Amino acid sequence: MTTPTRDDRQQLNEDSLLPELVAYLREHRTQLREEWVRRITAEELLSVMTAEEIFSEVTAVYDNYVDALETGSVETLQAYARDLSERIIPRGVETHEVLGIVLLLRDVLARSLFVRYKDDPKLLDRILDAYEPAANRIAVTVGVSFVDERERVIREQQEAIRELSTPVLQVRERLLILPIIGGLDAQRARQLTEQLLGAIQANRARVVVIDITGVASVDLTVANHLVQTVESARLMGANAIITGLSSKIAQTLVDLGVDLSMMHTVGDLQGGLEEAERLLALRSPRSAGTSRADGDG
Amino acid sequence: MAEAVAVLHQGENIIAAIQSDLTDEQVIALRDDISARVGRSRARGVIVDVTALDVIDSFVARALRSLALTAKLRGAETVVVGIRPEVAIAMVQFEMNLAPLRTAIDLDEALEILATERRSARV
Repeated sequence: MTTPTRDDRQQLNEDSLLPELVAYLREHRTQLREEWVRRITAEELLSVMTAEEIFSEVTAVYDNYVDALETGSVETLQAYARDLSERIIPRGVETHEVLGIVLLLRDVLARSLFVRYKDDPKLLDRILDAYEPAANRIAVTVGVSFVDERERVIREQQEAIRELSTPVLQVRERLLILPIIGGLDAQRARQLTEQLLGAIQANRARVVVIDITGVASVDLTVANHLVQTVESARLMGANAIITGLSSKIAQTLVDLGVDLSMMHTVGDLQGGLEEAERLLALRSPRSAGTSRADGDG
Repeated sequence: MAEAVAVLHQGENIIAAIQSDLTDEQVIALRDDISARVGRSRARGVIVDVTALDVIDSFVARALRSLALTAKLRGAETVVVGIRPEVAIAMVQFEMNLAPLRTAIDLDEALEILATERRSARV
């Protein structure tokens, strides 16, 4: 591409500036891309990725970047940025690195434009006027996509942890155990209540053993929630037995003045299961109970 | 009331299956009807199925308690079945309880409870 003559330049209006810019960036793709990679390596960004990986990602980002400049539509780039984030987040790439490389590309390109048009400050001015808003929009798009993706991953993980941490297990017919491990906050306690009551309904449970050996401490809200869970279970027709209260938690419950009259507690899980078996045995097996009832009638 | 509550007799038991949310009048009518039936059929157990209720407010709770106490005076134990998880949570949050009413997870369970109680009462 020959340098435009002065007449040509004066004819350039704002609309034709971007196409010229894009053509220039396409033409110098190899050189600019390598400069970008050099800067990324020099600043020790993306250190968890190999040189080949960086090069191939950088190529794709560069092309998407130029396309976005050309079309003014950031959708393709947005999709690519999301996809890229999905791949690099598990490998520990940080937000500052992603923002860093996008801003580096912006710098690299701006510098090259500066070099190319330095003889004509007026044109350089207008080129930069066209370039900067588009480049900023792209930087924002990539940054936001990355952060969105990371938040999505975090939300998914939180959800997974919450589900994992409160399994409701059926020991045998009509007997469930709920081993609670880790910290209890109001939200988790509420979720746990819903899960347990749902399981009682689904399994037609008669007795549930809630084991809190793995809970380090409780506060008033959580303690009250525990009491409410036991009462709700009772309303549904299931007996709840709480096991594994540490002396610290027991002390806390007493100090807080939580109403423990409804609580059926047993020292450890083994004792709780024995107590549960006893409760289940108090009522004869279903077939025997039914036949006896028929006999009575 | 006929369409709101289905009342069945099973052996020595009366089973009242509530079909939809009840008005206060219907709740009272149900209580009186059950009490009359207990006397008429010499029932020993009453089972009230509330699975269809989206809400059990303090009025319904009190009526159920009063139904149970009335039936008890006439010689029948009452068991409430089918309180749903969200209903149970709401009741506890509003500090309502059905004591001394018995509750059971389903009809089988309720029949067992009544059979067990009768057995122990007769020993």
